[in-house]
Amino acid sequence: MNGARPLLELTGATVRFGADAALDDVSFRMFPGEVHSLMGENGAGKSTLIKAVTGALPLDAGTLVLDGEEVSFATPHDAQRAGISTVYQEIELLPNLSVAENILLGREPRSHGMISQRRMRSRASRILADLGIDIDPASILGTHSVAVQQLVAIARAISTDLRVLVLDEPTSSLDLDEVAELFRIIRELQARGVAILFVSHFLDQVYEICDRVTVLRDGRLVGEYLTRELLRIDLVHKMLGHDISDFKARQREPVVTPEAPVFLSARGVTAARGITAADVDLGEAEIVGLAGLLGSGRTELARALTGASRLDAGIIRIEGQTVHLDSPRKAMSLGVVYSSEDRRAEGILAELSVLENITLALQAHRGVFRRIRPARQRELAQSWVEALGVRPPDLDRPAGSLSGGNQQKVLLARLLALSPRVLVLDEPTRGIDVGAKVDIQNLVGELADNGISVMFISAELEEVLRVGDRVAILRDGRVVETVRASDVTVDSLLALVARPDEQEG
Amino acid sequence: MKNFWRHRLFWPAAALVALVTINAIARPTFLKITMQDGELYGALIDILRNSATLMLVALGMTIVIATRGIDLSVGAVMAVSGAVALTIIDGSPDPGGVGTVLVAVAFALLVSLVLGAWNGFLVSALGIQPIVATLVLMLAGRGVALLITGGFITTVNSDPLSFIASGYLTVLPFAFFISVAAIATLAVVERRTALGVLTEAVGINPEASRLAGVRSRGIIWGAYMVSGVLAGLAGVIYASNIKAADANAAGFLIELYAILAVVLGGTSLAGGKFSIAGTVIGVLIIQTLDSTILFLGVPSAQSPVFFAFVVVAVVVLQSPRTRNALRALGGSMSRGGPTVSRTEAEVAR
Repeated sequence: MNGARPLLELTGATVRFGADAALDDVSFRMFPGEVHSLMGENGAGKSTLIKAVTGALPLDAGTLVLDGEEVSFATPHDAQRAGISTVYQEIELLPNLSVAENILLGREPRSHGMISQRRMRSRASRILADLGIDIDPASILGTHSVAVQQLVAIARAISTDLRVLVLDEPTSSLDLDEVAELFRIIRELQARGVAILFVSHFLDQVYEICDRVTVLRDGRLVGEYLTRELLRIDLVHKMLGHDISDFKARQREPVVTPEAPVFLSARGVTAARGITAADVDLGEAEIVGLAGLLGSGRTELARALTGASRLDAGIIRIEGQTVHLDSPRKAMSLGVVYSSEDRRAEGILAELSVLENITLALQAHRGVFRRIRPARQRELAQSWVEALGVRPPDLDRPAGSLSGGNQQKVLLARLLALSPRVLVLDEPTRGIDVGAKVDIQNLVGELADNGISVMFISAELEEVLRVGDRVAILRDGRVVETVRASDVTVDSLLALVARPDEQEG
Repeated sequence: MKNFWRHRLFWPAAALVALVTINAIARPTFLKITMQDGELYGALIDILRNSATLMLVALGMTIVIATRGIDLSVGAVMAVSGAVALTIIDGSPDPGGVGTVLVAVAFALLVSLVLGAWNGFLVSALGIQPIVATLVLMLAGRGVALLITGGFITTVNSDPLSFIASGYLTVLPFAFFISVAAIATLAVVERRTALGVLTEAVGINPEASRLAGVRSRGIIWGAYMVSGVLAGLAGVIYASNIKAADANAAGFLIELYAILAVVLGGTSLAGGKFSIAGTVIGVLIIQTLDSTILFLGVPSAQSPVFFAFVVVAVVVLQSPRTRNALRALGGSMSRGGPTVSRTEAEVAR
């Protein structure tokens, strides 16, 4: 494998969305017969890179070379014809058709212009047998488990002249036996010389199956490594990264001790997926950082505490009073506000102006008929734009045209206009430039100095440590430990976050 | 002024002006308005009067579309409303009394409000797709109307009723004042309260709005109720015009013309930003076109084709892609550069 010519080589790839670069000068290569993993936190550029390779997104700069020839795919269909197939996380098959029809959809064998069911079944059963999948090709796809459907999706992908197979989070809904079955098929394909891109946030699986790993962070390439030469802790470190910035230490040393009055306390918080029996206390004027890997339940905990998703079990108390946060609206009326990690889908209203975005929550809180006077709206928005340094300071510009960092500031302004008591910020600094990042980190400190309690979630451990007074560590949907930020270093925190659970933990 | 021709109402307004100009050249009498017995008459006045039903329906449709919805039931609601009003008048001892007509209209509007609330319930509380939810009433409503009128076309002779569609208040038709009142009320409620911006927020992104504390369910529900009441009022005007409740013909296909008017006025079917002024222009374009087709003597079988050509032209001119292409064409001479046009496209979205 080494020394061989790469089967697929992407050089200097750049993809921009508006002002943000989702992928910035990234190079990436795959050799025939290898299983390659793409690692990075949310927003690191994994999906964008996959889309660029599979023709779903055009490159703004850079070249893609397949088997020595420069190629450019206008559509995923072009990529498929060139032998690059993708199986996405959400299975894109037709559950009402038979397994055979799904596998051969769009290239059904015909005789005399008619689709031949008999030949279709026999061809499908040959493909399935090749992969060692034992199911009846005539059965209806929807009657099978998700795991089997996933295998059928792979069978569909490989029944063409396959050279590169992209598997995007293929194991997220599979149990252990099913994962083993999937891995057997991956090895089978590997033996045939197919290059496989395996994207998963399960480190164990990456270490089990992958030969090589490419790490992305903030749309940039961190590096390419051989899995067997890269320690797990180093991989996590590279994914989460660290940046040197002019972050100002909080004026007030973290004097908050457990005896400081607890403002919000949660006990046994359990929400449908992702978070089980979590206990968290948030003191007045305290910043609690949440640290954990992707999928550890960071976001789920934040949403459960702010009424954004419902609790299945557990109690939340604010100043000792039990509260039922059944909607974000309810939580807001109690002074608890939430900023989502997904700025585009759950935060900014791109077509509304900066002014409208900033005043939205306050207006919604006051109700339809108590409109904030236009002059007051402008004054309010202006003061926040100045206080947070939103650039450009144009209140009438559509918020969607601002850069990521400035959109984040607008979202913070929206929440701060409500004069909240508790601010829950989910990845407020993700995907924004360093300057804006430092601005936001400093702002969070100032807010806490002014008596607001903050829960600060970030994939970057250094940031969590610098910003937080205490850090709650999440693993597999549980709060496993809460430590004082001054008592740990990035490395010891990293060990806490990455430590694989003991058997039957 | 540099933004004048980029304003989103520029093309709809230009289309309306062009239509009026063509008419004025083709038939000089088009612009002529005469005064008879202190009342104004003329082709333009007819357009203002006849547009009242479509105007009311399209205004309601604008608000519903702004929430990412659609209301297909407006024609059926018109039929029910007309049937209710005329059945009450027909059954009363004093069909010509002003009081009778007022009670009948009030009752018809109340029924329309309930029908709108039903649509809103299906969409906002049960989460049924708007097109499916309102299809129920679109199909069932005319049956209900037939049930109310007992399967007949109920006709009445009532002067106060006829006044609604055909009467004059001072120099202008009464129906015109109804449209103006509806436009003004809606504009004030949407823009002088926070309803407009909250409606746009819900239409642009329901989840982001929910997280920002917007009561999206109530806003969506209310939009269908407004649409119901306005359609009901349109139904009364329609019935008044023909002095009959015709469950099959009342508001037939008006949902499609209303959607067309909204789109012509620059409001996107994807929801979000809406323009009441745009809808008003859209309705006037459709009504003027209608009058033009009549005047040109296009055989009625072919008039939809003529109609379609004009509509396609306006819609194509309004499409963001066409605009960007035109802009790029103009821009490449002065400044150009692909990155500039791309970011502008992002903003335009």
